[in-house]
Amino acid sequence: MSVGLTEYLIVSAILFSLGIFGIITRKNAIMVLMGLELVLNAANINFVAFAKYGGMNIDGQVAALFVIILAAAEAAVALAIVLNIYQNFKHINVDEIVKMKD
Amino acid sequence: MTQDTILLLSAAIALLPLLGFAFLIFFGKRLGRASGFIGTAILGISLLLSILVAFSKISNFADIQLIQAKFNWIDLGNNFFIRVGIGIDNIAAIMLIVVTLISFLVHLFSLEYMADDKKFTRYYAYLGLFSFSMLGIVLANNFLFMFVFWELVGISSYLLIGFWYEKDSAANAGKKAFLVNRIGDLGFLIGIMIMFFTYGTFMYDEIFSDISSGILPFDSGSMLTAAGILIFCGAIGKSAQFPLHVWLPDAMEGPTPVSALIHAATMVAAGVYLVARVFPMLTANALLTIAYFGAITAFIAATIAITQVDFKKVLAYSTVSQLGYMVMGLGVGAFSSGFMHLVTHAWFKAALFLASGSVIHAMHLSMSKLNDHHSDPQNINNMGGLRKKMPITYVTFLIATIAIAGVPLTSGFLSKDGILAGTLAYANLTGNWLIPLMGFAAAGMTAFYMFRLTIIAFHGEPKTEIASNTKETNKYILIPLIVLATLSIWIFYSPNPIDASNGWFHKAVPQPHTSVSETYQWDFLIHNETTIEAGTSTHTSQHYGTAFEEEIHSQHYIAMALSLLIAGLGIFFAFCVYQFKILNADNLANQFRKLYKGSYSKWYFDEIYQATFINGSVGLAKVLAFFDNKIIDGIVNLSSLITRGFSYFIGHFDNIVIDGFVNLIANITGFFGAAVRKVQTGSVQTYIVLAIIGMFLLFYVII
Repeated sequence: MSVGLTEYLIVSAILFSLGIFGIITRKNAIMVLMGLELVLNAANINFVAFAKYGGMNIDGQVAALFVIILAAAEAAVALAIVLNIYQNFKHINVDEIVKMKD
Repeated sequence: MTQDTILLLSAAIALLPLLGFAFLIFFGKRLGRASGFIGTAILGISLLLSILVAFSKISNFADIQLIQAKFNWIDLGNNFFIRVGIGIDNIAAIMLIVVTLISFLVHLFSLEYMADDKKFTRYYAYLGLFSFSMLGIVLANNFLFMFVFWELVGISSYLLIGFWYEKDSAANAGKKAFLVNRIGDLGFLIGIMIMFFTYGTFMYDEIFSDISSGILPFDSGSMLTAAGILIFCGAIGKSAQFPLHVWLPDAMEGPTPVSALIHAATMVAAGVYLVARVFPMLTANALLTIAYFGAITAFIAATIAITQVDFKKVLAYSTVSQLGYMVMGLGVGAFSSGFMHLVTHAWFKAALFLASGSVIHAMHLSMSKLNDHHSDPQNINNMGGLRKKMPITYVTFLIATIAIAGVPLTSGFLSKDGILAGTLAYANLTGNWLIPLMGFAAAGMTAFYMFRLTIIAFHGEPKTEIASNTKETNKYILIPLIVLATLSIWIFYSPNPIDASNGWFHKAVPQPHTSVSETYQWDFLIHNETTIEAGTSTHTSQHYGTAFEEEIHSQHYIAMALSLLIAGLGIFFAFCVYQFKILNADNLANQFRKLYKGSYSKWYFDEIYQATFINGSVGLAKVLAFFDNKIIDGIVNLSSLITRGFSYFIGHFDNIVIDGFVNLIANITGFFGAAVRKVQTGSVQTYIVLAIIGMFLLFYVII
């Protein structure tokens, strides 16, 4: 089987769905963040795949690099938030944290 | 053996120590003392492979100058790619043996020297990391790898200098070494960036061939000179050249075998190796700068070494001085001799350091037997008479001393003599007489201070009880000493004990062809094709690639006579002062009080740097802090005062008019909000589900 654009997109779609599934179903905030990373990386695969097959060329690679940097920054901010949540609630179960509605 | 096998084997040589490092870092604690034997065995394998690779490169592939492999590391399309790889030529092959053999012997030596240390396994892991990085520098055939491994040896050196980090002095020495090296590396990095910007590649051979086809950075020869000098900045830092030499003597805080491996034989020679690597791209002006830096370093360091009393500090300044020699040799264009001095110096300086390690170890053992915890085991005034207590250490130390002093029948004589002949020839052709002057002066001082050290530490009667209780330790310490001292004999480099130019070494390491065009290069350094052809056609008589080599040959005997005379004077003077006491050392010191104090305090380099750069930055920071605290904060406070007054009035207006309006809207919104608030559960995940459903609805509507 030759690997072409479709295969990359399928892998990326699977990764995206797994990520979304993780975000929706996990209780633990860390696991939710990991789901988020999966979603970002699914997008990255799309970028790189289109760079190679879809004519985006270097733009796609550069966008992927941006996403990697963004993901690093996001992880730093999000983990800081999780840390604060833990200090306030003594747990990080996102389904029990419903203060936003007040 | 094919070229591919050679490349694979050399990659294995470098990667084995890395494997050892990873293994010992993760599993070392459980292994205890066995980890030392594992590290030593790994280096032993690397050493055997190195010998195999070097011999087959130099004998079987002599006509192929450079065996190399390249691959694209980063490929972004649009002709933008970064290529890296490894390469082996004769000088890399020789360096492989130098690095692995000394590293192996130091591993062996440390089995005894570090035996009682709590961090024994970590020590061996670091040694493995260092060996890997250093071999990476040797094998790199591009600036990128060179820089990466350059920084890796920097970090391993930092880790090993500060190995006993409980001691403040060791921790500080590590930091100092790291920071001082950064200054040089900044220049190195800028130089690399100029090259990459101009030529779009990091590979040496591609850059050199571009230069010889006439492409210059920013279309100017002076930029090529600048790039050469900037790259040399890296060597100034790593090889401890003036004015960044201050870190190397402090680096002696590390364990002595480490000083032998990193801070005498291999890592500090990396700068010299770098200059040798980029030699074809250096212009006449860059070479002149390099030669002057080398000469000044050789001279200044030798003057400091004369008065030091710490055993290792004398050797450290002697290392700085000898590195200056190598740099000077390369700078004047005596390429083969300069590189040969790197190799010969590696053997005898490693021998000197390991012998000093043997002495210090014996002093330590004797001190702990006497329950003495205050004396300084490294102060040569506490030694004396060790000749009879430690005969093997003494003999090996003496052989290495003779070699470094440049007495005939030793390796040091061959290489040093070649460099000095090179400086004479250079001065004759260009008129820079200051370079050979400083070179010869440093040669005399080298002979003097090395024999001063030998006589004070080993001859005469023991000066303290500690010294009289020392004795030879075991075979792990003695075998490396004997091997290294043996390698300091001339026969390994050239059959003729007074002239190296017919030996295999000079044949294997010929002067590389310069890539720089005549406009920017000394005309005597350019290979004259016709001379070579004429030479080969007329039977076996010697022929020279450049006019410079011819000049060296004609200056050879003058240089030899001069250097013998000067070294002899230095040795004679040392014996007069310290052995036979014809002249009194204290009287001499009193007579030249200022000179003595200056030299003893290392010409105040540290104090000057403290006063200018360090206090300067601290002072600047204080001024800025004052500016921040008083002026900026003052402006901010003033404006806040004004704003407060203003907002007081605005506040009333807000409370009554605006708020009334807002409250009205809020009430309306609240009414609607109450109606839809049931959807807001507060759980993030519910929101996400809703968002995804919304997204699907949108897709449905649009598509």
